[in-house]
Amino acid sequence: MSAVPGDITIGMDSATLSTRLAHRRSRIVRERIIELVLFLAALVSVFTTIGIVYILIKESVVFFQEVPFWDFLTDTQWTPLFSDAHFGIMVLLSGTLTSSVVALLVAIPLGTIIAIYLSEFAPFWVREVAKPFLELLGGVPTIVYGYFALLFVTPLLQKIYPGLPGFNLLSAGIVMGIMIIPYVSSISEDAMRAVPMSLREGSYAMGATRFQTAIKVVVPAAISGIASAYILGISRAVGETMILAVAAGQQPNLTFNPLEPAATITAYIVQVALGDLPHGSIGYQTIFAAGLTLMLFTLACNIGGHVLRKSFRETY
Amino acid sequence: MEYAKDLNEIRVLIRRHKRWDMVFGLCGLLALMIGVLTFVALFADMAVDGVPRLGWDFLTSFPSRKPQQAGILSAWVGSALVMLVTAFFAVPLGVASGIYLEEYAAKNWVTDIIEINITNLAGVPSIIYGLLALGLFVYTFGFGQSVLSAGLTLALLILPVVIVATREAIRSIPQGIREGAYALGATQWQVCKDHIVPYSMPGILTGIIIGMARAIGETAPVITIGALTFIAFLPAAPVQAEPPFLNFEWLLSGFTVMPIQMFNWTSRPEAAFLHNAAAAGFVLVLMTLGMNGLAIWLRYRLRKKIKW
Amino acid sequence: MVAVPSQEPASAIVKAEVKGLSFYYGDFNALKNISMPVYEKRVTALIGPSGCGKSTFLRSFNRMHDLYPGNRYEGEIRLYPDDINMLAPEVDPIEVRMRISMVFQKPNPFPKSIYENVAYGLRVRGESRRVALNEKVEDALRSSALWDEVKDRLEEPAFNLSGGQQQRLCIARALATDPEILLFDEPTSALDPIATASIEELIHDLRNKVTIVIVTHNMQQAARVSDYTAYMYLGELIEYGVTDEIFIKPKKKQTEDYITGRFG
Repeated sequence: MSAVPGDITIGMDSATLSTRLAHRRSRIVRERIIELVLFLAALVSVFTTIGIVYILIKESVVFFQEVPFWDFLTDTQWTPLFSDAHFGIMVLLSGTLTSSVVALLVAIPLGTIIAIYLSEFAPFWVREVAKPFLELLGGVPTIVYGYFALLFVTPLLQKIYPGLPGFNLLSAGIVMGIMIIPYVSSISEDAMRAVPMSLREGSYAMGATRFQTAIKVVVPAAISGIASAYILGISRAVGETMILAVAAGQQPNLTFNPLEPAATITAYIVQVALGDLPHGSIGYQTIFAAGLTLMLFTLACNIGGHVLRKSFRETY
Repeated sequence: MEYAKDLNEIRVLIRRHKRWDMVFGLCGLLALMIGVLTFVALFADMAVDGVPRLGWDFLTSFPSRKPQQAGILSAWVGSALVMLVTAFFAVPLGVASGIYLEEYAAKNWVTDIIEINITNLAGVPSIIYGLLALGLFVYTFGFGQSVLSAGLTLALLILPVVIVATREAIRSIPQGIREGAYALGATQWQVCKDHIVPYSMPGILTGIIIGMARAIGETAPVITIGALTFIAFLPAAPVQAEPPFLNFEWLLSGFTVMPIQMFNWTSRPEAAFLHNAAAAGFVLVLMTLGMNGLAIWLRYRLRKKIKW
Repeated sequence: MVAVPSQEPASAIVKAEVKGLSFYYGDFNALKNISMPVYEKRVTALIGPSGCGKSTFLRSFNRMHDLYPGNRYEGEIRLYPDDINMLAPEVDPIEVRMRISMVFQKPNPFPKSIYENVAYGLRVRGESRRVALNEKVEDALRSSALWDEVKDRLEEPAFNLSGGQQQRLCIARALATDPEILLFDEPTSALDPIATASIEELIHDLRNKVTIVIVTHNMQQAARVSDYTAYMYLGELIEYGVTDEIFIKPKKKQTEDYITGRFG
């Protein structure tokens, strides 16, 4: 290296170079170990899924050794803890389905309208206030919603329909629907906002109003995202526990009439857990069989929703 | 059908369309109002029924068969302890997963499986987590119906929330910053530890707060693992005067949490217990609203502060 | 293509030599068999139209391509005096980056204080003694003509500086670690004309002190600032020589066409 007076000392002599190289191996080992630790942390989610699948199937297998599969699907009574035990999952499913339908009849229209309104109509400040508010609405603990359904909504409904029993699927369903609105509206709104402005401009340029543009251009363009929002809503409704355990009663009842009390799959599991069930008894296993049914349904919903959401992200 | 051709017909048509616009705008506001009204009614209901019951003795008494003497001491202590365990597991696992997926993971099938799993777990009903915990933590691992089982369960439940928040926060860091750090000879871990984690901290924190707010309010999974609904004792204190100063007995102790206490009181026919339930619910709503509000405010501050 | 300048200044020492360098992004052949010298403590400019591969070539020097999957090098870049091929898989890219620094097109200071930005490269090398850091930070900031402007506010966030100052900060950051080669990737294309002038003046001051390779799409800048110029087109090195010669009497017609603005 030429040594011109006054220049910045640069470069390395061979001693420094070899010290650097000596540290190299330990540095590489250290980096690899860190990467491994991080990788194992990321694997926890995979282990969780494996754990869920394993435990549900393990206990259900034992269950189905006792209870014929056909009976499980078609029996019209659910009385697992009686001496004359019946295990018809349809009973619990009817409660789940009825309450979910009520909830979705509330959540889907209102959620979609709110989403369209916030995405296409609302002035900036309304959006800035409404979005956090909806987030807060979705963050209220479900036990509080359950209390609200039992002790506020049901008496209110009883004023309109005096014959309404204290426990019923209707008020639970309505409150559940309101709880689900933020989920439906936020995903639908995201889907709508992802529609490029150029599409809207094309519509406006032809003299369309905001409403026409929203309904005829934006919603169809965002339809897969909106559909995935609905599917998420369905999944959420089916999986909800506390609102139903508190307000719909825990009495299994094969009915599709929301004005009656009934137990859902989830409420049944809670009821059993509250009692004292010996580990390994048939009653203990019923909750896993019920849980497996629930899991399969929500899995189907999640996969469907995921596929739809990917397709809306790829279009743009 | 003949469409409007002359100017007058067009004007009539436009007026009709604009009316639709206005109607829909009203519908939107109305729909929002339904949400607002529900929220206000809920909050007011809790407040009116519950606030009279609130007081120092309510916060410091154990549950009791007599509603006037019952309090939420065991419940909020239980909640606090469970939250400690939840945070202890969820935060490092969630942040580490997020860092791995954003900075280290290659685009291969292993990564795809991990990502699919996380998305899937986010949509699994919370009661299923309870079943997992019951079968696995309570019985197979033998942790019993304890604070530890509950904390682990809730940690797994909120893991997707923390992971997604971490990933979004990391993704918002511009590539130029990473390249600048690498160009100075930093290793991958140095870039993560000196740059990625510090710069994404606010976003990660927001996710942690939202996750914890969710965990505090969760009832179903904790009931399923068998949290007791009537306990008149507190788990042993974690710190003690004699060595070894830290006591871990509390991890394996029976316990209850706030939402379960509220559930228990709501299930009682006596009207007086319902006031207790409302009071507990009011405290719970304040806590979750406070935490969610904090997270929202943090996110707002973040958006204003860091201009990449 | 082997390039040899027609007139070699007597005191020029070769710091690095590119030998038959080819580079592939996946299947795309972005650099085709480039060979040229890089002289020590001189400024070498890489010019050419958009997409000619000059940035790709520059980023090969400090192995930036290793950060992204699917890239492949062929050929060598030998660094002297150790005569090691920097592109060899056995050579750790981290090491290469510790010896060769880079300044980027868009100033990218870290969201840290001015002091910490400059000190970061030193910290990565394990230097943590406050006194040593203070000294090197001051040296680096003086060398990049920023010291007087920031000496009273070293703890302030780097983001508070203007665009031109931020770029000088990035230069200081790169200088703090005494790099053997300093790479500039279009350092002024994101800056206004006044900031551009100050950066060019800085590069002028650094010449004869640091070995510099600079990519620029601005021909006048190359002519002003560099000792040697390499003209690239579509991944190939078309001509390399002493700057004055390239601009006044280029040997190849392609070079002449580019320089006279007939295209690009």
